[in-house]
Amino acid sequence: MTATAHMTAPSLQQLAPTIVPKVKDGDLATAQLGALVLGAALIGGAWATGGERFYFSYLVGYMGVLGICLGALFFTMVQHITRAGWGICVRRLAENIMGALPLMALLFVPIYVGFDHLFHHWVHPDPNDHLVAGKSAWLNKNFFVARIVIYFAIWIAMAFFFRRASLQQDENGDPAVSLRLSRVAAPGLLLFALSVTFAAFDWIMSLDPHWFSTIFGLTYFAGAYMAFFAFTILMAKWLGKRGYLRGAITVEHYHDLGKLMFAFVVFWTYTNFSQYMLIWYANLPEETRWFADRAEGGWGAIGTLLVFGHFFIPFGFLMSRHVKRNGVTLSIGAILLLVVHCFDMQFLILPTAGSHEQGPAEHGAGHVANAAEAVETGIARFTHDFGTYLHGVHWADFGCFVGLFFVLVGATLWNVRRANLVPLRDPRLAEALHFQNF
Amino acid sequence: MTNNTKWGVVAEFDSAASIYHAAEKVTHHGYTRVDAHTPFPVHGLDRALRQGPSPLGWIVVCCGATGICLAQLMMWWMNGHDYVFWVSGKTPYAWPSTIPITFECMVLLSGFGAVFGMFGLNRLPRLHHPIFRHSTIWRATDDRFFLSIEATDPKFDSRETVRFLESIGGKHVEIVEE
Repeated sequence: MTATAHMTAPSLQQLAPTIVPKVKDGDLATAQLGALVLGAALIGGAWATGGERFYFSYLVGYMGVLGICLGALFFTMVQHITRAGWGICVRRLAENIMGALPLMALLFVPIYVGFDHLFHHWVHPDPNDHLVAGKSAWLNKNFFVARIVIYFAIWIAMAFFFRRASLQQDENGDPAVSLRLSRVAAPGLLLFALSVTFAAFDWIMSLDPHWFSTIFGLTYFAGAYMAFFAFTILMAKWLGKRGYLRGAITVEHYHDLGKLMFAFVVFWTYTNFSQYMLIWYANLPEETRWFADRAEGGWGAIGTLLVFGHFFIPFGFLMSRHVKRNGVTLSIGAILLLVVHCFDMQFLILPTAGSHEQGPAEHGAGHVANAAEAVETGIARFTHDFGTYLHGVHWADFGCFVGLFFVLVGATLWNVRRANLVPLRDPRLAEALHFQNF
Repeated sequence: MTNNTKWGVVAEFDSAASIYHAAEKVTHHGYTRVDAHTPFPVHGLDRALRQGPSPLGWIVVCCGATGICLAQLMMWWMNGHDYVFWVSGKTPYAWPSTIPITFECMVLLSGFGAVFGMFGLNRLPRLHHPIFRHSTIWRATDDRFFLSIEATDPKFDSRETVRFLESIGGKHVEIVEE
């Protein structure tokens, strides 16, 4: 007997014998395979029809879905550092989602292949471009590739560490595991914040290497974490329909997940508005050009769509506790937010696509043309811009997002089927099962 | 005592669990004008007492909406109408510049709504309450849990109600004068 044997936590079997601890052998295999095949087919179709545009479309989907995995890692660490009791059962689902990070590293390959197209502006800079030349210490291919390795090494190591320790606790029931994880979560969150910030700088912000915004990493994280909650709610609801997690993730937990999703709708707005207002106020040409690009080519309509779809509508919709405690309305909110998350990624990435040859002169011409159109206002302007957007958008800009989304669903199910559905012997499991909102 | 009208009956309980079960029995028995006084929030006690949802949320929403409107009205009047002043080429009363102040006014009035709305719903401030006449009520802020049934309850009967509270485990069951 080990020294800790006398202080093991009560198991799920003792606390709630009616909860199914593990997915039945072979169950959900069809769904897992179906999700992976559908995802692969959509990405393959996008690749076959997209041409050079495919790389940008893929980046849209990739950054959107990667954010969900990173959100899962963040959620797990926050649960540990706060020693939260309510979310023990939700945490296992998050652990299964972040278990897809090694696959996400593999799925980075198309971005590496399309490197020259995506990051054209700084890979092949204009020799007279002093701004980009000044950033060459950071924006060069060798360091860029090294950073990809570093980011994924950090994320995969942390995801592996937290998930494995949690699964081991299922076996040994040692409460000391929880204490150790809460200590590791503190430096872990610091590493996470830095790595995600720089990854967002590298993979989205450097598409337009002239532009810079120190809050950019945070704006990316805010949307990603919101998408993680939307994804988790939908996954848990779906597993609940299949008879799993019943009694483990209850209406009380959905209520809390809904509150957090609502909170990060607001936080996304807060960070994005902070970025926008400072740039608007200071009015420096090298900063405002990024937003000027997003007023042209129909992107103004997507900006408006984000203001309403990513803030006003979900803010009003998710405010009531009845909406968050009702499975159908909460799921509708989650789906809406995943759709606008895709638009958000498009808004960040696509306006820089296909503008390889566009010099400053053409930019000026674009502004003049835009001024002529500006006579229209309100709904008419929105409709006109949205028409322009639809004309320019490729189906792959949605297809890759949906495809990678289903790949993540499949990878999550792969992990869900192999691990226990809830942390069987977490010391706070009883608290989680009996949790109630005031 | 100048006036001998009864306010209600107050009973003391030992634990959160015992007051929870007592609350269930009291409401099950048909009492409606009931309340609990505990040293800390007890989960589910409001449901056991069959308390309706608080209207405070609606008060806060209305106050927040008022804050938004007042802030916009103020800035439209001052910056866009009464004293138009161009600063660094920005349109007077441009929407991005109004957001922080609108947000702050919404938070301020929502906060007022929450605090003073709670005061109003609880009929605060007041200097004294009949329940303080109960002999051990001071322990409600320490280690005891109290259940009260008011005399205005249609089922209230001074002898019957006292006996009922004693039968469900209440100690120091006392009739409290107005």
